[in-house]
Amino acid sequence: MSGMIDHHLHIKENKPVAFSDATLEKIGVIISHYPEGQQKSALLPVLHIAQQELGGYLSVDVMDRVASLLNIQPVEVYEVATFYTMFHLEPVGKYVIEVCQTGPCAICGGEQILEHLEKSLGINVGETTPDGIFTLKTVECLGACGTAPVMQVNTEFHESLTAEKIDRIIGDLKEKSNGKTSEVRWAELF
Amino acid sequence: MGRAVLTEKIGIPGIRGFDVYRSNGGYRNAEKALKEMTPADVGKEVTKSGLRGRGGAGFPTGLKWSFLDRKSDKPKYLICNADESEPGTFKDRYLMEHLPHLLIEGIIISSYALGVKSCYIYVRGEFKYIIAILQKAIGEAYQNKMLGQNILGTNFSLDIFLHPGGGAYICGEETALLESLEGKRGNPRIKPPFPAFRGLYNCPTMVNNVETLAAVAPIIGMGGNTYASIGIGKSTGTKLMSACGNINKPGVYEIDLGLPVEDFLYSEEYCGGIKNGKYLKAVVPGGSSVPVLPADLIVHTQKGDKRLLSYESLAEGGFETGSMLGSGGFIVYDEDACMVRNTWNFTRFYRHESCGQCSPCREGTAWMEPILRRIEEGKGKKKEIDLLVSIADKIEGNTICPFGDAAAWPVSSAIRHFRKEFEFHVEHPDIVKNINHGSLIRYI
Ligand SMILES: Cc1cc2nc3c(=O)[nH]c(=O)nc-3n(C[C@H](O)[C@H](O)[C@H](O)COP(=O)(O)O)c2cc1C
Ligand code: SF4
Ligand code: FES
Repeated sequence: MSGMIDHHLHIKENKPVAFSDATLEKIGVIISHYPEGQQKSALLPVLHIAQQELGGYLSVDVMDRVASLLNIQPVEVYEVATFYTMFHLEPVGKYVIEVCQTGPCAICGGEQILEHLEKSLGINVGETTPDGIFTLKTVECLGACGTAPVMQVNTEFHESLTAEKIDRIIGDLKEKSNGKTSEVRWAELF
Repeated sequence: MGRAVLTEKIGIPGIRGFDVYRSNGGYRNAEKALKEMTPADVGKEVTKSGLRGRGGAGFPTGLKWSFLDRKSDKPKYLICNADESEPGTFKDRYLMEHLPHLLIEGIIISSYALGVKSCYIYVRGEFKYIIAILQKAIGEAYQNKMLGQNILGTNFSLDIFLHPGGGAYICGEETALLESLEGKRGNPRIKPPFPAFRGLYNCPTMVNNVETLAAVAPIIGMGGNTYASIGIGKSTGTKLMSACGNINKPGVYEIDLGLPVEDFLYSEEYCGGIKNGKYLKAVVPGGSSVPVLPADLIVHTQKGDKRLLSYESLAEGGFETGSMLGSGGFIVYDEDACMVRNTWNFTRFYRHESCGQCSPCREGTAWMEPILRRIEEGKGKKKEIDLLVSIADKIEGNTICPFGDAAAWPVSSAIRHFRKEFEFHVEHPDIVKNINHGSLIRYI
């Protein structure tokens, strides 16, 4: 709930929003997983796809497009997008780094890992580097506490972190930052 | 030495694939259930096994299944709860990562017993790579006619669909999960009606945890009575414990229920003792929501008996001196851990994750968090310690879903057992404010 205070939507920009044909086909497959008339159930998977394929965050235009695809009211999409932490409502960097800060990670050095990241990226939690490559966030327990401390880079897990390991990961990401990410596409998972 | 009932096949190279799983005896239990047993027979074996829900509440699975409204002419659904977001818990992830086909086999048998034709696996969205593993396994199962129409040539048919969450702890609560599956915010529903009567799309629905459903496969293989002979009293069978925190060997371990906590903590087979040769200070034995216990009360009960890893033994003494087995998320704190800081941390978690529907939960967590933070920073007042207890008491039992209790218990138990540490923070602001990361008070 505390995070909700900063969940406000931006003004609609009326930018054209286009899913690829292949993605639209996948969305059709997802909808078919739910009974007739329950296409709203496809909302979370479709929002994951939309966020990944249409700019890394959910703009009002993207959410409106999702609403029309699923034949539901735009507000039904907004209220869901603002509830779940995996959806970004503002532009983010190419790599979103999310560091776990919950108890088990915290007692295994998670707080120091966060400080190290702030220093080496030169930004505070919640900010994006000026070159648009990294956004730094904190998250709650990622279900990987046995290999604490843990972080995710765009839903890819990095576990048993140390300062050196982080430097390596950041270095690698910087090197690759011009190319495509190796991330699994949500649309491929259905 | 723990038995490997769930994890028996885990070391076999390639066991994640259908062919290796099948050639190592996999799906034989599904075959037995579908070909040699009636759905009622399967239900009876599960009841006999004494299996209890592994999602946290420990409710007997056979009994829960018997509540499903079978007479309804609506479709019936099985939901596999793979939301796994209780801090300290990472056992379902382990099972799904290594033995996806065991889960699918358990789901087939359970669906057959429940008269279900569609199952959704609700996986927390952050486990994207697990979703990929499960999707591959489900695809293989379809190819090999283990899912879809007329499974194994019988007239039983079943579809399994994966559904990713969006990052919200509350969606592990079963009615919030159903809302989320329907494409809504994860606001828990008022019960009754229970999901067994009106669940997903208002149809009869059974929600079970990953580990619970996986356990159904070996139960059918060995028979309910044999499964019930493992364990102790009403805590039958084996349990996956996820151990983390300040121990030498964090990880997921399958134990026979009834294993003494001391053996689990200190033997090389399991946690391997406290890290860096330090002393044990406290344990949260069943995920962040259950009461914390100080070292003496986790190893022995108040009466002086050995504390065992079982539903009954961990609860012995009630909340005065006991705790709960919960999800099996076993979080260990060494002598340097600051209980005030940890309580603040957990409360911050609950404040963040409250769905906000009930005032006691929404407002209560939003009051407790800043008070705890002030105390941790050396800016608290002594009377605020009692204020915290009073707020926690007022949340407990006064909310729509058990999240409220889960947010209250860590606070009331920490103050019950570590009050001196809270008082120290209040009385020595000069010392407390100069420490960044809580490694001061040696209080065991
Ligand atoms: C706040 C809250 C979070 C929960 N999170 C989970 C979870 O992540 N996974 C789970 O299986 N059960 C979770 N549960 C328990 C479920 O509500 C439900 O009891 C369980 O999935 C039933 O399965 P079982 O009978 O097999 O244990 C949670 C309950 C509450 C109140
Ligand atoms: S107890 Fe908390 S999480 Fe549960 S319904 Fe009420 S506000 Fe939501
Ligand atoms: S506390 Fe960080 S992964 Fe669980």
